[in-house]
Amino acid sequence: MTNEEIKEHISSVLPTATFDETGEWLNVLIEPGSWMQLAKSLRFSTFNFDYLFCLTCIDWKTHLTMVYHLSSSVHRHTIVIKANLDRNDPVIETVCDIWRTAEFHERETFELFGVKFHNHPDLRSLILTDDFDGYPLRKDFEDPINMIKL
Amino acid sequence: MELAEQVNSQAEFPGEIHQTAGGGIIISSFDGLINWARANSLWPLTFATSCCGIEMMSTASSKYDFSRFGFEVARATPRQADVIIIAGTIVNKMGPVLKRLYDQMADPKYVIAMGACAISGGPFFYNTYSVVKGADHIIPVDVYIPGCPPRPEALLHALISLQEKIKSGLTREQIKEESKG
Repeated sequence: MTNEEIKEHISSVLPTATFDETGEWLNVLIEPGSWMQLAKSLRFSTFNFDYLFCLTCIDWKTHLTMVYHLSSSVHRHTIVIKANLDRNDPVIETVCDIWRTAEFHERETFELFGVKFHNHPDLRSLILTDDFDGYPLRKDFEDPINMIKL
Repeated sequence: MELAEQVNSQAEFPGEIHQTAGGGIIISSFDGLINWARANSLWPLTFATSCCGIEMMSTASSKYDFSRFGFEVARATPRQADVIIIAGTIVNKMGPVLKRLYDQMADPKYVIAMGACAISGGPFFYNTYSVVKGADHIIPVDVYIPGCPPRPEALLHALISLQEKIKSGLTREQIKEESKG
């Protein structure tokens, strides 16, 4: 399906969503509070976004941006959903009951960026040790013992 | 070829063989003989943490074939290995594992640090929270191989250098034992 159809659908669900088509894929910027509603409609509508192939976060120093890459194995279309979070209290709803793979990726984003996922069933560190202090992929992360600054 | 000629033709043999009627006499020292034997049958531990491991596998395969120099018996357990080739990045979480593997190896044991990561952290030297800046922070290293990753020829050179080091005299463990007495 075309980007225009997808945009039309998203606008009908979320009138506040803004679009950016300068990249390879259609980018949609949304408010974090409306993510659950949009996620459900993307997954279970005729657009059938059944594959979450990338879930990550970006630290812009002023705020954090959650990035979700969605694709449909039926229609072969891809979109990118972005949501800006408050850096001091980054919270967003989990989507692991919609896309099971998110459970794993949200744990990773939690340990590396400190984003808290509401209603996540098992939000604890994935790779780092349990006593690890801080969020190492944040730009202001300091570790004077292990890290040599350039 | 006579045995004496065979052995003498190998320049590395630490001693002399004198032919006598019905046999021969070998003049050598035990340390020299033992080191000679050790150097020519070093069993490496199957241990690789990143891309240097691919080069190590290549060195083991038929094109480069480190069995020509006595390294063919790669062991999957540290208890049977003589030399550990640190082929790849050592991260903080891997540090205790590496130490444990080294401790489990039987004496005498040797360590080769293969590639930039094992020497100093390499490309992960700056701005990384997770990488050990050189495997020699954890265990003592006998031979360092620069490269990212080093070519198989470089690994072969390092293995031969290690053999020369062993043949040339006391090993680290032997020096440790002697200094105790």
